[in-house]
Amino acid sequence: MIAFVIRRLLQSLIVMLVVGFVAFSMFNFLGDPINNMVGQDATEEDRENLRVALGLDKPFYVQFLVYLSNAVQGNFGTSYRLGMPVVDALADRLPATLELVFCAAGLALLVGVPLGVYTGLHRDRWLSKVFLTLSLVGISLPTFLIGILLILFFAVQLGWLPSFGRGDVVDLGFWSTGFLTASGLKALILPSVTLALFQLTLVMRLVRAEMLEVLRTDYIKFARARGLSNRAVHFGHALGNTLVPVITITGLQIGSLIAFAIVTETVFQWPGMGLLFLQAVQFVDIPIMSSYLILIAFFFVAINLVVDLLYYFVDPRLRADRAVAGGH
Amino acid sequence: MQNAPLLRVEDLKVEFPTRRGRLVAVDGVSFDIAPGEVLGVVGESGAGKSMTGSAIIGLLEPPGRIAGGSISLDGRRIDNLPYEEMRKIRGKHIGAIFQDPLTSLNPLYSVGKQLVETIETHSDLSPTQARERALALLREVGIPAPERRIDQYPHQFSGGMRQRVVIALALCANPRLIVADEPTTALDVSIQAQIIALLKRLCREHGTAVMLVTHDMGVIAETADRVAVMYAGRVAEIGPVRDVIKNPKHPYTVGLMGSIPRIGRDEERLTQIEGSMPRLTEIPTGCAFNPRCPLVFDRCLRDRPDLIDVGPFHRVSCWKYAEGVGHA
Amino acid sequence: MADVTAPPGALRRFVDSDVFYSFRQSKVTVVAAIVTAIIVIGAFLGPWIAPHDTYDVRSLNLLDAFTPPVWSEGGNPSYLLGTDDQGRDVFSTILLGARVSLLVGFAATLFAMILGVLLGLISGYVGGTTDAVIMRIADIKLSFPAILIALLIDGVARGIIPRDMHDDLALYVVIFAIGISNWVAYARTVRGSTLVEKNKEYVQAARIIGLHPFTIMIRHVLPNVLGPVLVIGTLGLAGAILAEATLSFLGVGVPPTRPSLGTLIRVGNNFLFSGEWWMTIFPGVMLVILVLAVNLLGDWLRDALNPKLR
Repeated sequence: MIAFVIRRLLQSLIVMLVVGFVAFSMFNFLGDPINNMVGQDATEEDRENLRVALGLDKPFYVQFLVYLSNAVQGNFGTSYRLGMPVVDALADRLPATLELVFCAAGLALLVGVPLGVYTGLHRDRWLSKVFLTLSLVGISLPTFLIGILLILFFAVQLGWLPSFGRGDVVDLGFWSTGFLTASGLKALILPSVTLALFQLTLVMRLVRAEMLEVLRTDYIKFARARGLSNRAVHFGHALGNTLVPVITITGLQIGSLIAFAIVTETVFQWPGMGLLFLQAVQFVDIPIMSSYLILIAFFFVAINLVVDLLYYFVDPRLRADRAVAGGH
Repeated sequence: MQNAPLLRVEDLKVEFPTRRGRLVAVDGVSFDIAPGEVLGVVGESGAGKSMTGSAIIGLLEPPGRIAGGSISLDGRRIDNLPYEEMRKIRGKHIGAIFQDPLTSLNPLYSVGKQLVETIETHSDLSPTQARERALALLREVGIPAPERRIDQYPHQFSGGMRQRVVIALALCANPRLIVADEPTTALDVSIQAQIIALLKRLCREHGTAVMLVTHDMGVIAETADRVAVMYAGRVAEIGPVRDVIKNPKHPYTVGLMGSIPRIGRDEERLTQIEGSMPRLTEIPTGCAFNPRCPLVFDRCLRDRPDLIDVGPFHRVSCWKYAEGVGHA
Repeated sequence: MADVTAPPGALRRFVDSDVFYSFRQSKVTVVAAIVTAIIVIGAFLGPWIAPHDTYDVRSLNLLDAFTPPVWSEGGNPSYLLGTDDQGRDVFSTILLGARVSLLVGFAATLFAMILGVLLGLISGYVGGTTDAVIMRIADIKLSFPAILIALLIDGVARGIIPRDMHDDLALYVVIFAIGISNWVAYARTVRGSTLVEKNKEYVQAARIIGLHPFTIMIRHVLPNVLGPVLVIGTLGLAGAILAEATLSFLGVGVPPTRPSLGTLIRVGNNFLFSGEWWMTIFPGVMLVILVLAVNLLGDWLRDALNPKLR
């Protein structure tokens, strides 16, 4: 168990180093930091002094190490566009994005998994076919269009829900939340649904495909041959085995929600990290871009680690170190 | 055969609808199994023997379906029962053993859980009693140290041990009939004999009848009381094992016996049957064996033969043995 | 002359095949195929069949701006689906926009396919460190959603490419960005098949008689994985069209001078609340129909080529 965790942690560390290197390369070779920091009228001497002060005259690998040690201490440089530390800019926006992603992920799983199980078990019922057709439409609808349509209907036509922003938020000091006010909760609805819809259809189709795959296996046939009830076969034997691969992909999907939030946040002018990142791309604000990359990578690595640990508890085959297979 | 039969299959027909018309996988198969009797069913792959077994336990894979005939257990028809009714018979009255012990067990459930679950489905035993029974079953099928093994997972067992677990699972509710579909094919040769001996001993002790589906004539000779030879979805010959092996009547059985090497006989080479079994789409009119039969004559090309008595309990479907047609 | 009327062997085999049979059986798929064909042909012939040349600034008449569709009050018969804020005919912009969307989609998918298949072959065949490195890159790549990678590449490209050349190169940047973010699925499939084929006896035999095994890989592995690659490609095409639309909607895709469907929706979105819905909805509907049709085709293809489901 401990060996397993350590191995996974090491792998995660390598991934983070690779991503850190990519981010550093962007930081270092793309935007010339000096140009972005000093005014037009700065002399060549001023520039040179700043260069030395920032350590940009040092060899490449030294700069990389400095970059890494800064990053570990939470120092990601200063945004060209906002003129404030990147860390502060991201920290400001983090709660908005995470609350949105949390709601969307919950929605996608709570609706997607049951629908997938249903359509997998009853593949020939008309309701399954309706769900399946709808899911294909869901996959074909771009997120931004869903958002636009929802705004058009619920905000413009009916006027029930706000079309942009977070509503009133409560500042808890380290975290600003929209969960505690009525307007904050109302503002969450449309963006969460928009963000969740695509993932929901993916989760549903994935669970369905896995379910069909598992239902064809010998051990399901053998479970039936032993006269076990449909409930035991479907929700015990089949569902358990379905969830093993679903956990992995769902983990990845939740990660990708953070990235897809970029689109949703743009449509709803949601003040999250995604909107910040998109503005950074448009203005070539390299420090924000590279830091966002590292942050996303960190989320992915963390989610993957959790998924692996879940795996470990769900699948006894991974716990093989407990006993060695016996002889004949 | 002296007593009332335990299982009676009459004129069973199994069909698969396909785009090129219906495929008849089992075509008018009839046989009885007496209580405690072991009936071997032998034939090439595709001869319809596994399909007959699946039809008996009521688990034909859709779109396959029973298109005619009847199956009765203890005089009660079971081929047209609703799913729930049939489920209560499966496991309790008819047990099943499948070919591959590696895939017959749910990898996520411990061996004990699968046993207890099956026992509880078919009896009123308390969880503690069910576990006691599970331990007793494991001991009976020859699993060493069952107290330790019961909480282990299938991947911790070897192939032979897993097949013993599968046999224990099939015996959970003391069924009167076991349908064993190629129970040893996936195992090492050295273990095959052990498993066959175990199956034979247990069934004798419990008075369980067995329908033993295999393509291995050696296993039949060693285990079965009677044997049914199947060819292209039909029974070619059926009778006591000794008679069929010593004195095969159907040209196909003759060929089948000729292809088994024997010790102590002065044979230059093994005979083999020319050609191969027709595909289900291309079964000829008349006798299905006519394209390969060395003794074929005009009637074989025209009419389909029925089973004809050629000795006590020994019947064969070949025109050669019909009255008045003594030549070839 | 009987042999002239008889279809050639390959065609007859195709018409008689299970795949074609399942195609004809599925009405939805037939409709999807027809719709896809119409859109592709329409987009291909766009410059010739579009009623207005919307790329030609001189032909635009600002007085015609914001004309609603022909059936609404104030509609103008020469603008079937109305006009946009600059007086461009919406129907024509959609035709030309679909052309850009499809062009990017096909090019990006082809790029991803070639890259993925090559890397998969190399990874599976060479094995060892090469394999490990390629597959680790694939793992890391897979952790990042395609849209994020595409955005990053676009951002980086903006940093490298001089501003005045940016519009000219934007199309290629988008194709590259979407292509490079989608190669992993192909690589994994091809690698798996290569590993299986590599250990077969005929490859060993071919090695003994001195054939270069890489030639054999291409000759034997590629035909085997053609089905799965085609399925991934079809679904990937739908994904690429969506990705391009998303990038363009976010304002980092193709330039507004040659708008794709995504760009049109982005522009129209600015006028949605003031009531000029047709500028957003029509390109949106076109995009959804196109992607849905391609997805339906891919979905059917996957089922048809998967013998386990039949």
